[in-house]
Amino acid sequence: MVAFCGLQLAHPIVNGSGTFDLIAARRAFGDVVLEQIPFSAYVSKTITLAPRVGNPPPRLWESPAGMVNSIGLPNKGVAAYLAEDLPQYAALPVPLITNVMGATGEELAEVTAAVGGRPEIAAIELNVSCPNVATGLDIGAVPAELEAVVRHVRSVTTKPLIVKLTPNTADVSLCAQAAEAAGADAVSLVNTLRAAPVHPDGTGGRWLGARQGGLSGPAIRVVALAQVAAVAERVALPIIGMGGVQCGRHARDLLSAGATLVGVGTESFRDPAAGVRVARELAALSRVGPPGTSDRFPAATG
Amino acid sequence: MRASPVARGEDGRALAPFGRRRALVVSTRKVGAYVLLELADRDGPQADPGQFHMLATVTGWGAGEDERPFLPRAFSPMGSSGGHLWFMLEDVGPGTHRLTTLKKGEALWVTGPLGAGFTLPRTASAHEAPRGGADAARSEARRPILVAGGIGLPPIVAWSRALGERGRSDAVLLLGFRDAAHALVAASFSGAQLATDDGSSGHRGYVTELLAAELDRDPHAQVYACGPAPMLEAVRALVTARDVPAQLALESGMACGYGACFGCAVGLAAGGYARVCVDGPVMDAALLSEVPAH
Repeated sequence: MVAFCGLQLAHPIVNGSGTFDLIAARRAFGDVVLEQIPFSAYVSKTITLAPRVGNPPPRLWESPAGMVNSIGLPNKGVAAYLAEDLPQYAALPVPLITNVMGATGEELAEVTAAVGGRPEIAAIELNVSCPNVATGLDIGAVPAELEAVVRHVRSVTTKPLIVKLTPNTADVSLCAQAAEAAGADAVSLVNTLRAAPVHPDGTGGRWLGARQGGLSGPAIRVVALAQVAAVAERVALPIIGMGGVQCGRHARDLLSAGATLVGVGTESFRDPAAGVRVARELAALSRVGPPGTSDRFPAATG
Repeated sequence: MRASPVARGEDGRALAPFGRRRALVVSTRKVGAYVLLELADRDGPQADPGQFHMLATVTGWGAGEDERPFLPRAFSPMGSSGGHLWFMLEDVGPGTHRLTTLKKGEALWVTGPLGAGFTLPRTASAHEAPRGGADAARSEARRPILVAGGIGLPPIVAWSRALGERGRSDAVLLLGFRDAAHALVAASFSGAQLATDDGSSGHRGYVTELLAAELDRDPHAQVYACGPAPMLEAVRALVTARDVPAQLALESGMACGYGACFGCAVGLAAGGYARVCVDGPVMDAALLSEVPAH
């Protein structure tokens, strides 16, 4: 068992927000996705105050060892999420973490308060990788801005608050410190790295309908390792580490860097049950003992 | 070899086993411009015509140009029975290049069957709704016209066979290809009408011209189509103008195939987007205001 923000989780593997849609997966695979959910807690995709249709296509680009997405956070809005989606999670055998976003601190607090009132929701993750339309600053990229927004959100809920940090900032550890000072219970990182694929027609235009998106996958794994380690040095908060995790060894490396939980995201696109595999491989690695032991003393360990 | 029994979801679609599974290449055969790939997929259920699978090779995935492919690729099988899957491929990019160079005995990762396939109209279409009563029977009586363009052939072949098994011997099969090298794969469909862009085989012109002629002859039809986006858009415009119901099997780049990534969005006539992977890939033409190029 792993303790995280007062929750007792069966193993350290969760999903990255927006990388596993349980309701859609149930349409494709049946109830087995609920019964055998690959994650020890389920993180919803981002929910906003008003419904969003998402960005114009194309929304995807494949790059070396990764992909760029510009999905644009399509969702039905918090009222419909609570009324329509939440009942469908009733049979969920693991804690539900709801991810929320707002275009201002006020709006984020309003969505947080709405989901915070529901007992089915165990914790709230704040997506701060967006501009504040009130100040023009990227909420998650500017420590002072982040601290003010998280402080405001903190005042409206007693639920555990996880701040999802953006890697698109000068020093992510300063942002983590700001989140901690504002009363966050945990941080999660990394979100996708800003990326802008060029159209393959050679005219120099952009490929994505929204012009730019975020890079994920194994291409960013070592960036995640560096950022998780930097944050772990500066804050005492538990960390959900993620970025390009494909197997148990990758999860172990993020735990070694200071993470308490590990998120699997893009790998679930390539293998819907990737979370099960990563958790199993991680458990097997843990049984073997510290890395290198058997290599150094092969005879002694038999 | 026996296929697994088919579990079905609330909306009737064949459900996929959860997670990717290994399948082995039984045979590959080059037919003109295409490669036909046969897989032994003993753990996979039979797919509904129009459903699709996500494919990636176990080795060498990522070893192509720009270190691609990274994501699995979506393909609708031409056939799915007895624990075997048959696909038709054309080498047009790093994913299809790797798949068309597979050898017998090599292993693939397979997820599927996914998505919603073709259906016989169970109730009246939107066009007929105001007329009430006997609409279901009228829809059932509509003559199925199946239209395939190039690489869109596989789900149409699967649906043609399924209609035959359901006793719909009145189904019309219209096939269009770029040229004779691409049309070679159609040689085994003796009852089909054929068109090629360059006239090297069958009618010179587009398959949509054959469709227009068929609808001239008898507009009381139900159209099923799969092919490149411009062809599907031409079919959509044609059936919309003539008030003929149609189901279009769409294609889209997708990362996951099961509704997780929201990458395969297609714009809806009513506003907003649908996901090709879970809301389609077979969609009612009336839901779309256009078939987008991507």
